[in-house]
Amino acid sequence: MANKRVDEPTGTETVGHEWDGIEELDTPMPRWWVWTFYATIVFSIGYCIAYPAWPMISKGTEGVLGWTSRGALADELEAQEARRAEAVSGLADMPLEQVQGNEQLMSAALAGGRAAFKVNCVQCHGSGAAGSKGYPNLNDDEWLWGGDLSAIQTTLIDGIRQPGNDDTRFSIMPSFGRDGILTGEQVSQVVDHVMSLSGLGPANPAGAQVFENNCAICHGPDGKGMREFGAPDLTDAIWLYGSSRDEITYTVHNARNGVMPAWGERLDPVTIKMLAIYVHSLGGGEDFTQEVAPEADNAPANEDDERT
Amino acid sequence: MPQRTRTMNEHSPIEAAGPRVPPPEKLFEKRKFVHPKRIDGPFRRFKWLVMLVTLAIYYGTPWIRWDRGPYAPDQAVLVDLANRRFYMFGIEIWPHEFYFVAGLLIMAGIGLFLVTSAVGRAWCGYTCPQTVWTDLFQHVDRFVDGDRNARIRLDAAPWGPKKIAKRAFKWTIYLIIGFWTGGAWIMYFADAPTLTHDFWTGQAAPVAYGTVAVLTFTTVLLGGFAREQVCIYMCPWPRIQAAMMDEKTLTVTYKDWRGEPRGSLKKAQKKPEAFGDCIDCNQCVSVCPTGIDIREGPQIGCITCALCIDACDKVMAEVGRPRGLIDYATLEDCEHEMAGGEPRPVWKTILHPRTVIYFLVWGGIGLGLLFALGTRNHTDLTIAQDRNPPFMLMRDGSVRNSYTLKLRNMESRPREMDISIEGLPGAVMWSEEMSHNSAARSITREVPADAIETMRAYVVAPRHTEGQDFTFVLRSLDEQGETDSGEARFDAPEGHGRHEAR
Repeated sequence: MANKRVDEPTGTETVGHEWDGIEELDTPMPRWWVWTFYATIVFSIGYCIAYPAWPMISKGTEGVLGWTSRGALADELEAQEARRAEAVSGLADMPLEQVQGNEQLMSAALAGGRAAFKVNCVQCHGSGAAGSKGYPNLNDDEWLWGGDLSAIQTTLIDGIRQPGNDDTRFSIMPSFGRDGILTGEQVSQVVDHVMSLSGLGPANPAGAQVFENNCAICHGPDGKGMREFGAPDLTDAIWLYGSSRDEITYTVHNARNGVMPAWGERLDPVTIKMLAIYVHSLGGGEDFTQEVAPEADNAPANEDDERT
Repeated sequence: MPQRTRTMNEHSPIEAAGPRVPPPEKLFEKRKFVHPKRIDGPFRRFKWLVMLVTLAIYYGTPWIRWDRGPYAPDQAVLVDLANRRFYMFGIEIWPHEFYFVAGLLIMAGIGLFLVTSAVGRAWCGYTCPQTVWTDLFQHVDRFVDGDRNARIRLDAAPWGPKKIAKRAFKWTIYLIIGFWTGGAWIMYFADAPTLTHDFWTGQAAPVAYGTVAVLTFTTVLLGGFAREQVCIYMCPWPRIQAAMMDEKTLTVTYKDWRGEPRGSLKKAQKKPEAFGDCIDCNQCVSVCPTGIDIREGPQIGCITCALCIDACDKVMAEVGRPRGLIDYATLEDCEHEMAGGEPRPVWKTILHPRTVIYFLVWGGIGLGLLFALGTRNHTDLTIAQDRNPPFMLMRDGSVRNSYTLKLRNMESRPREMDISIEGLPGAVMWSEEMSHNSAARSITREVPADAIETMRAYVVAPRHTEGQDFTFVLRSLDEQGETDSGEARFDAPEGHGRHEAR
């Protein structure tokens, strides 16, 4: 026990400690304070009964209110679904070409598409949709099979070279070297020609002849590609498999036939619509009107879209 | 009282070690309800005035209108949480300008230091909401139950019809005041007339009713029942203040060298030379709203409301002794007076280096805030470059970068704004809602009133462009012609220009 004593002016006992002449009085607590303390004890007992509280051997006590954090999450998800319902049904009813005119549905579609893209598409196309070797970059203005909304939607629904799907986008590039269609020298010549098309090398007249006989049927006489066959434009700066001589030679020798799943078999139509709108919005999407009647027009749309 | 400072009021210094005492019998103390007596005097009248002004400000402010044109609310003071705007007369503050609010809070803090060092606990005594509302509720007590003695009698009386009726009446008034207080609070957060209408027709947001309910409860509890207990046991301010007061701080002081030894008027008349001026009438104790005896010296329960000065002056006048036995005085003054000096004028005690320094700091921050407020730009540009992918090679070999731009229009009217590229030769841009065939060096946008317009900018630079820095410039196309600009990075493939040029 320290030096407890009674403080003369107040008549109150001190707690018995002294710091440089400063002492503390042992003033009684106010009674309401202790009642408040008891009230918190009562509250905590009630809380333990109402909510999950005590750890037991395999699980904790459940609480009479039946509250669980998992249940709370389920409620939130349900509420979120209910909030989404309007946009989802609106998108289901609205033709694809009209969505852009509806600001509310458009932003819902973009948000939904972004989310669905992160789950389903990033594995090949990358989280920024920039693609990688063999997987197209969806931000640029090069489209193998068409870049307007409905072309993108078709690609999404039926995929590319999806086995067992009759509607899938389909074409086969022959393995010119491996299957003996062209000799090694001819392959080399045509590679020279292809490289010259985009200014990567000097012209090769022999290669041009080989190109005309073998490649022009799909890639077009001037090498600008043809979307009906998913044949890429060979004159531009974008190379899906790389622009080095080795890569182009490999492509001519062995052919490249990339695939994409038919998402119509896995995703619901509204999600696909959202994905099409999102991919179209990435900066390279083409105007809808340009591709209204693609017919058998040899020249792909907006081929002369040269910007400065 | 929990704490006490040692003062010259105690003539005999405390002995180092007192007698050993048995442990206290009571660990907890029943509350002694305070029934302050009615008093009139200069300080009481000043308190009335402060109460009137502060309550008028609190209840009235949300109803003041302020015309800001068709695109902004017309309420003078409005905290618009839903739209994240704070309006105060001609000033509108956005969330990113929260430093103004932080600055105001710092000013309020330093202002409290300033007031404390100059006039002690004046905040506690006059303007603290707890004090103002406690005072208000004590007037209700007086109005319903009568003055001090009547209230003490009624408290002690057994419950009967008359007491029940009086209590019911009083508590009803408490509830009305509490409800009105809570009701006024929510008016700061929405258009007051609309909210009042919605509130009474049941259309207001649940949070409005909840807030009113909580504030009604706390007002009645803290102002009607807890009262001085809040000041003594809950509030940290008296503790902080004890550290900020010094010998130059004005406090309510009982001048013990003049008053002691105290004795009744009769005794003093018999033996005038044996007694001081204090006639031990206890008037200072009975008017005290926190129920303390100021004659025990400065203490934590004293909020320096100076009602005891009024009470004592009145008694001194009646018995024909000079006023100021209890008075505002600094410890320095007390020593000076004790030694026989003349009392110094109050302004001299208020003006000392510490208060001057506090005032300069306080005023400096205030001027700085005003300057920042007057010169701030109402046009703002934020740029975020797409990082994934950082750049895009296009068919014709040109390179595209994408940016998210935020154009902020802080005027309460829609404005045409022009966003353009500076630097980056040959580059053009387009935005999401325009065709990329109409790409240009600058884009004109209409930015809605008081809003942030988010736009995507696709910037395309010709073949051979190397990665480099450039600038986006935002210009408002109105008579203000405000501009803001931001540096941005244009990324291109490594060695892109060289590869193409060879």
